[in-house]
Amino acid sequence: MNPRMAQGGAIDRTKRLSFVFDGVSYEGFAGDTIASALLANGVRIIGRSFKYHRPRGIYSAGPEEPNAILDLRHGARHDPNARATLEPLADGMDLRSIHANGTAARDRLAFVDRFARFIPSAFYYKTFMWPNWAAYEHRIRSLAGLGRLDPASRAASAAHCHAEVDICIVGSGPSGLAAALAATQSDKRVMLIEERPELGGSLLHRAATIDGSQSAAWVSRVSQALQDRGVQVLRRSTAVGLYDHNVLTVIQKDVPTSANGERLWLVRAGRIVVATGAIERPLLFANNDRPGVMLADAALSYLRRYAVKPGKRVVVATGNDSAYETALALCNAGSVVHLADTRPESEIDPALAAAVRGAGVDLLPAARIDTVIGRRSVEAVALDNGRRIAADLVAHSGGWTPSLHLYCHAKGKPQWDSVAGGYRPGSKVAGIETVGAAAGLWDLDAMLQHATASVGGQPGEAPRSGTKVRQWTAPLAAPGSGKRIWVDLQNDVTVSDIELAVRENFSAVEHLKRYTTIGMGTDQGKTSNVNALTVLAARTSQEISKLGTTTFRPPYVPVSMATIAGAERGQLQWPIRRLPAENTHRQEGAYFRDYGGVLRPAWYGVEADAIAHECVAARNDAVVFDASSLGKIEVIGPAAAALLDFVYYTPMSSLGVGRARYGLTLSEGGIVADDGVVLRLASNHFVVSCSSSHVAGMVAQLEAWRQDRFDLGQVFIHDATAHWATIAISGPRSKRIVAGFELGVDLDDARLPHMGVAQAAFGSRSARIARVSFTGERSYEISVPATLGARLWQSARDAGASPMGIEALGVLRAEKGYIYVGQDTDGETMPHDLGMAGPRSKRQDSYVGDRSLITPTASKANRKRLVGILTDGSTPIPTGAHAIDSNAGRKRSIGYVTSSYRSVHLGHPIALGLIEGGLHLGSTSVDFEHLGQSFKGRLVPPCFLDPKGVRLNA
Amino acid sequence: MQQFPCPWCGKRAEIEFRYAGDAGVKRPERSADDTAWAHYLHFRKNAKGPAKELWIHSAGCGRWFLLSRDTLTHEVAGSEPMA
Repeated sequence: MNPRMAQGGAIDRTKRLSFVFDGVSYEGFAGDTIASALLANGVRIIGRSFKYHRPRGIYSAGPEEPNAILDLRHGARHDPNARATLEPLADGMDLRSIHANGTAARDRLAFVDRFARFIPSAFYYKTFMWPNWAAYEHRIRSLAGLGRLDPASRAASAAHCHAEVDICIVGSGPSGLAAALAATQSDKRVMLIEERPELGGSLLHRAATIDGSQSAAWVSRVSQALQDRGVQVLRRSTAVGLYDHNVLTVIQKDVPTSANGERLWLVRAGRIVVATGAIERPLLFANNDRPGVMLADAALSYLRRYAVKPGKRVVVATGNDSAYETALALCNAGSVVHLADTRPESEIDPALAAAVRGAGVDLLPAARIDTVIGRRSVEAVALDNGRRIAADLVAHSGGWTPSLHLYCHAKGKPQWDSVAGGYRPGSKVAGIETVGAAAGLWDLDAMLQHATASVGGQPGEAPRSGTKVRQWTAPLAAPGSGKRIWVDLQNDVTVSDIELAVRENFSAVEHLKRYTTIGMGTDQGKTSNVNALTVLAARTSQEISKLGTTTFRPPYVPVSMATIAGAERGQLQWPIRRLPAENTHRQEGAYFRDYGGVLRPAWYGVEADAIAHECVAARNDAVVFDASSLGKIEVIGPAAAALLDFVYYTPMSSLGVGRARYGLTLSEGGIVADDGVVLRLASNHFVVSCSSSHVAGMVAQLEAWRQDRFDLGQVFIHDATAHWATIAISGPRSKRIVAGFELGVDLDDARLPHMGVAQAAFGSRSARIARVSFTGERSYEISVPATLGARLWQSARDAGASPMGIEALGVLRAEKGYIYVGQDTDGETMPHDLGMAGPRSKRQDSYVGDRSLITPTASKANRKRLVGILTDGSTPIPTGAHAIDSNAGRKRSIGYVTSSYRSVHLGHPIALGLIEGGLHLGSTSVDFEHLGQSFKGRLVPPCFLDPKGVRLNA
Repeated sequence: MQQFPCPWCGKRAEIEFRYAGDAGVKRPERSADDTAWAHYLHFRKNAKGPAKELWIHSAGCGRWFLLSRDTLTHEVAGSEPMA
């Protein structure tokens, strides 16, 4: 018999869709979900369980699905964890089960279930320990797991959408729709979010009359009204998290402009109405995980929405009224239905009993399922009274669990309702309303009125229903022991695992969760949490309300990382900054590297010794170097000097106009933060030239102290770094080359000495020229408007200067002992460790870090100090090599090498380092070790070339 | 994603701001003893509950300001310029 019925359902029988599951082709219709299509084709086994590799079938019809998780490929789209119960079927989908070795129907690892008693919860803490867990881990992990990532599937997602609304309603069941209707009575911006493609929630499969119409017609009318009134409706969208100040994160699917089909929304709402309904709570009985055992509401949903009859011989097992509709509907559709109600006849609504009996349902009061018989599918059911009933479907309902996740994200405290057998909202949370079944309401009229009032509507305006549904759930007794009764299907956790945890004293709810992994699967325990608490309460003889719950955290359903990233990938996530003259450098054959977030030439050309040639040119001729990324932060105003005096360790107020000074900035802890050169253009105008990677930090530091200590009208900070290109010409021939630029500046050394600054002109535009050197040779740093940098560079090249990259500069500056802060300094380095002790002893005024320089730590004798290191032979000691002291009988690191190069000019290796006591160690030999190799070095002053600086004026 | 009221620009999303520590921290004079200076460097009230914090509207006007915020509930009581 074909499970698909000839009539009915909201599917479009004119549109046939083909799909493949585990290599077999099937057909479905437009409007099917993957799950309904599989059921319609009689596919019962859709996967294997996480630990025991037991066959599993479709369990639910919603996001609470623990079993039907499939690997989905469709065009460019790949989802390794698609939920078959929510995913609409599309033509050409290629689906695979995700945990079987082979197919779900024929799993080569099915034998694992025979060893179940050796692998209960937490077995890995007790077994597979000798000789080493790691020996077993890989094999065990390969037997578990849900799905496989494909490195080739890298579809990006669309940019995030941000929305700000007055009222956001999550869920479009009867309560959500009533709230949305009432919300549109005023001028408010309203948004409605619905997980499925269609609005209506439970009204799509449960019969009701509202305002005189059948459910479907009412939903249709209301949907139209909402559209007419301008409500923004997001379909196929799941609200996955609720965050501070009423922000919802929503994952929208079926987005055609997004490569992975999804888009993340951030919605800030003045008020959020949580109308997320309730999830059916399972009954517990032995072998309740067999294919063919599903939630009663799901069976009804497949029948009414998708015209799929999930079974011909049905046992409906329940303790409440809502499952009666399932029994009736299946019976009217032609199935043989037995209804086992745990309540005695006296507690069952006589009208309901009469209705089901009248239709031909075999109603069995005070009956409960003991066990399911059948291995690959349900074959029969054994009741607790011994009776055996042949069946191919068990549709069970133990009550309803309000979906309180969003309410809990907002730090709402749920409270246990022992009458309903579930948690309902407890504490009030400002800005959040919970309505409908999510609030633990069952009566449709009460729900509609409450939902209307929740957005400020008048109860009299609420839609009316005559439908009486008494959702009475009898408190569930915990099942007896000794059999395999599943509580958490996804993580394969049974009642005996809970009992094991209690025996081992992991009986606090947080311990139970982590010890058994119950509720820790991707379904977040939607069908297991409350049952776990029930069993725990019974086994520890406590009341459930005393147990507490574990914390619900976003996301409500799993979210793809690509969707979270949105458009922030690659250059949009970490944009790299570029030099104004980058194209010129590319034409010159520059090899680029990322230095502190700026793309800069490391060297030019492809020669193996390009760096060496650039060093030679710098010392013997002239080089041109692009220094445009160096900071140019203007500090302007009558209080500019005072601000710089406070922020800098090196005083700047004494700097003459037209002069430059090298200085250090410290943290308040006295640690060297940055170095750079400050230029004084006028008494009220300074330019701070800090290192390229510290510009943002330096601007923030200057602004922080400016706003804290100064009259804002007396000093301003302006970051002009990007407005200027700075081209440096360095070397013995530099002066002759610069003279040829006709900058309108007198280059006589008396007029422009080393560390002098002058205004200049480049063509018709302003320029600035400073004699600042990082190479140790005579140097000119010329700043021109950024767009003219390439032209200035070209002028230097035309005059015969060779291009020089950063790597060569690194060698040249090290020959002079000029430091890179952050490379030759670390998190403990203070200015006197670098030999700059003047301000520490002389300055009386306040500056950042001042008090930290006179603590006991700052004054101790064996602080690490900057030294030069020479070695015999031609092999440089590697950067990071540790200096070793072996005197106390065991080895101790007393410092390390911070920079190390082959010096072309000097003909031998040179290095800088931070070593305890510095040169007080004498120039005796020091042992170094690095990754198992040993080196010998000699400590010398940290300057290997021209310590008097004669070359600066050569 | 909290929302803070910049005293000059109005309500903006948290992502536009940078946290700058407890408000009311006074920088001691150079004459302070080691303990007082260490407290200034490392000790903060770290209030659990209502707190006065410094924030910077770094992606906006760049101004520092005081924010009265409950560190437990994230309720924002108000903001004002630094004294």
